[in-house]
Amino acid sequence: MKQEGTIMLEYKLAFRNLFGAGLRTWLNVTVLSIAFVIIIFYNGMLDGWNRQARNDTKAWESGSSQIWHHLYDPYDQFTIADAHAKVPAEYKPDIDRNLITPVLIAQATAYPGGRLVNVLLKGITPSQTILELPTVALGQNQENTEDYIPAIVGTRMAHSAKLKQGDNLLVRWRDANGTFDAREVKIAAIYKTTVPTIDNGQIWIPLEKLREMTSMPDEATYIVIGADYKEILKERGDGRQLQGWIYKDEKALLKELDDVIAAKKGGSKIVYGLLLAIALLAIFDTQVLSIFRRQKEIGTYIALGMTRLRVIWIFTIEGSTHSILAILLGSIWGIPLLMLIQKTGIPMPSSVDQAGLAIGDSISPFYSAGMILSTILLVVISSTIVSYLPTRRISKMRPTDALRGKMI
Amino acid sequence: MDNELIVKLENVTKRFPAGKTEFTALSNINLTFGKGEFAGLVGPSGSGKTTLLNIIGSLDTPTEGKAIVLGKTINSLSHKEAAALRNYGIGFIFQTYNLLPVYSVYDNVEFALLLQTMGSTQRKKAVMEALDWVGLADRASSKPSTLSGGECQRVAIARAMVKRPQLVLADEPSANLDSNNSHNIVQTMKRLNKELNTTFIFSTHDQKVMQYLERVIYLKDGKVERDETGGNNHAGI
Ligand SMILES: Nc1ncnc2c1ncn2[C@@H]1O[C@H](COP(=O)(O)OP(=O)(O)OP(=O)(O)O)[C@@H](O)[C@H]1O
Ligand SMILES: [Mg+2]
Repeated sequence: MKQEGTIMLEYKLAFRNLFGAGLRTWLNVTVLSIAFVIIIFYNGMLDGWNRQARNDTKAWESGSSQIWHHLYDPYDQFTIADAHAKVPAEYKPDIDRNLITPVLIAQATAYPGGRLVNVLLKGITPSQTILELPTVALGQNQENTEDYIPAIVGTRMAHSAKLKQGDNLLVRWRDANGTFDAREVKIAAIYKTTVPTIDNGQIWIPLEKLREMTSMPDEATYIVIGADYKEILKERGDGRQLQGWIYKDEKALLKELDDVIAAKKGGSKIVYGLLLAIALLAIFDTQVLSIFRRQKEIGTYIALGMTRLRVIWIFTIEGSTHSILAILLGSIWGIPLLMLIQKTGIPMPSSVDQAGLAIGDSISPFYSAGMILSTILLVVISSTIVSYLPTRRISKMRPTDALRGKMI
Repeated sequence: MDNELIVKLENVTKRFPAGKTEFTALSNINLTFGKGEFAGLVGPSGSGKTTLLNIIGSLDTPTEGKAIVLGKTINSLSHKEAAALRNYGIGFIFQTYNLLPVYSVYDNVEFALLLQTMGSTQRKKAVMEALDWVGLADRASSKPSTLSGGECQRVAIARAMVKRPQLVLADEPSANLDSNNSHNIVQTMKRLNKELNTTFIFSTHDQKVMQYLERVIYLKDGKVERDETGGNNHAGI
């Protein structure tokens, strides 16, 4: 039985019945709209955080990709003593053009205020512009570097070692031959970054200085590749071809970050899943009640010549229309709210920083069209399912019983 | 009356499960109804009037025997076929009107046609005509909740008649109405019966309804006790 206005009949009935049901409908719709907006907010926060963390990590730490000395493992301090080699000659011109920049790492001990702290000395070219580290500060007093070594540290390191700009700090290291040596570094600048992995326990000094101190001329532990260089590298074939060096692409460098975000997403699913479940339960309950209370109406539909399947449709559409109203309502109050939050950002307590993830003072949520669309689908489909489930009892209903209102 | 047969019941028996045994609501009913009949089932409560109307209306099936309605054997219809039979061939009028409260008078009447294939212009014309028949054209946009019981039942009559079915089944249509309204709606139905030659079958214990009937079938304990044809009863109003 297909005729014009067929589906419209179901929707017309659904909307009228829902509006006719008054308060109950609006309670359901309100709860569902809250779930809807919160799901978008949660996902938006995590996506925003993810984007921010990725951008910051790329800007401050990883660059577009890196080439590592084959022994280098940032999670294993013991590799550092051996993870260094001369920078392949092929890269020299690119380093000079500031397309890529080498970093050398050496283990050291610092003595802030008489305490002993293990640190990493990281040598980097002061004139580099690939990473956002304020390395220019390392090159400012080049004329009198005989007296002291300029260094920059992050706010976390400065805080834990109680360092201020202009402070001196004694560091002790071992050179390539295993001989101990000690010098003072002077804090030329303190930088603030969202990326803790280039801050905690690290002291950045000029690359040439570190090479000299450790007797490792021309050597590096890893090489950071700038965004402009990616294409050149692709054409030339990547660093894997070079003996003893391993190419690490963006995915590999950000893997840890992605894993943490994925785990957070999993956790947040429980929170908003619970909220959605409450809203769906309310719709389910409403459906059960309305099918029970409206037996006579169901009987009348059947007497008027409707098939049971069509009656089931009517009730299913009526229940799922909650979700359409919820999305409309959610848009009315949610869009201004979510946009405001996006503009102002959500302040983050500094304790979150301990997670070892790049996180700013505030996070601006990011709402992608795909995420919003899939949330809409989730809400519509799940509410259609819970609306459908109770209607199956209609197919078991005898129309004569329904008309008498005696179905149990 | 015309010879054309609208309803033919052959040895119709209906039993309902009642605990461990069975309860016989109808036993061996043999009846026929022709085109344009204005007939009523009369009998005490529990005599099986509603059960019989339900079987004729294809809302239920006989346990034994055969019911043929508008050429279709009720016993063997699928849900879908039964729905189509009701959709096109049978109008129902209930004691409690059974209007859709969320719909206007117009929408309630139109509803019966939305299940059929009909263009919107033609549909609109049919609905207004049906509302004219029952004298409610001016209330088309009212909600059922604002109507009196008699008006509601007239909307229900319009809804049953709008698709011009061959058969209308009315289960105690006046039971919830006062005397004036009872007369009014039966007169309306009688007029439509004559104008459109629609077959009407009532169930009733209402004397006011009975006096209009051209045929009265007395049921008792699920059996036909008497079947009186003749226009004598409706002499006085
Ligand atoms: N679904 C059912 N299950 C069990 N018994 C039923 C069912 N439907 C009807 N009956 C029984 O069948 C008998 C006839 O019922 P029916 O409703 O047809 O009577 P009626 O003549 O319409 O009575 P009333 O004037 O009170 O409407 C009654 O005793 C009733 O209890
Ligand atoms: Mg009855």
